[in-house]
Amino acid sequence: MSREWPLWEVFIRSQHGLAHKHVGSLHAPDAEMAVNNARDVYTRRNEGVSIWVVRAADIVASSPSDKGALFEPANSKVYRHPTFFPMPEEVKNL
Amino acid sequence: MAHLPDPKLAYLLRQGDNALILSQQLSQLCGKGPALEEDMALTNVALDLLGQTRMWLAYAAELQGGDEDTLAFLRDAHEMHCCLLVEQPNGNYADTMMRQFYFDTWHYFLMQGLLTSTDARIAQIAEKSIKEVTYHLRRSGDLVVRLGDGTPDSHAKTQAAADALWMYSGEMFLYDALDDAMVAQGVAAASAPLRAAFLEHVGEIFAEATLTLPDPSAWMQRGGKQGRHTEHLGFILAEMQFLQRAYPGAEW
Repeated sequence: MSREWPLWEVFIRSQHGLAHKHVGSLHAPDAEMAVNNARDVYTRRNEGVSIWVVRAADIVASSPSDKGALFEPANSKVYRHPTFFPMPEEVKNL
Repeated sequence: MAHLPDPKLAYLLRQGDNALILSQQLSQLCGKGPALEEDMALTNVALDLLGQTRMWLAYAAELQGGDEDTLAFLRDAHEMHCCLLVEQPNGNYADTMMRQFYFDTWHYFLMQGLLTSTDARIAQIAEKSIKEVTYHLRRSGDLVVRLGDGTPDSHAKTQAAADALWMYSGEMFLYDALDDAMVAQGVAAASAPLRAAFLEHVGEIFAEATLTLPDPSAWMQRGGKQGRHTEHLGFILAEMQFLQRAYPGAEW
């Protein structure tokens, strides 16, 4: 077994109402210390109101080589964007 | 002991010097922590304590004259009023964390007690400090459990640190006439409940850490609060005060 502490990915919610955002990673022996370490490493400048940590090994990611098959088919399907509706002038901020 | 006519001034210097010297000790580990995350955490604690130092010494300076900087950088060892615990060497990481844990436990219960101080300014400092100190205690207690209940090697080192530092863990509860005067005025928190809370919390954490609690009735070192220090403080001050001694008035 590796003597290194496992890697954790850190997600911080900066203010109420916003989603947690990935801010970086760190090493910690378990979840509790990962949260403590995240607090010490990533919230020193008042960045957060909430912390999530997840073992980096537990994240399942898409492969970069699958990019073409996964994402390119959506390129040519502009009709999936709701851009064909005339917006009334009164409606702001959409 | 330096002449201290005002018990409140002495009380403020004692609190401020504790935070100042422990902060300096932890700052020496900046860049040398056992892991990046621990390094950052120690440095954060050092900065928290330095912030608290400023509040205590700024208040002390109002009573005595001068300012927080002259108090921090131009007093010699016999004029410093920190307890002996904080000037003990960083040693290995078990030593550093055990010193921190003893200090944090006392500090936490003291700040709780000072929340209701009759001195509004002191109550305010306690109010500002308590959140930081709560986290310090949570962290150092957690690490004591991990180190104590870790490998045979980490257990042995942590028990050795607990035993070696124990004789410095009682001074904070040994009140002299100046402390008693502050308690009588409702400014300071009484010693007996603080010590009971200290022993209870240390006992709980040690049980979880599979460590043996040293004898609570053991003889305790004393003198730091009155300005009689171990040989370590002189070296700490030599480094901490060098710049202001060599280049008086130098600014960032």
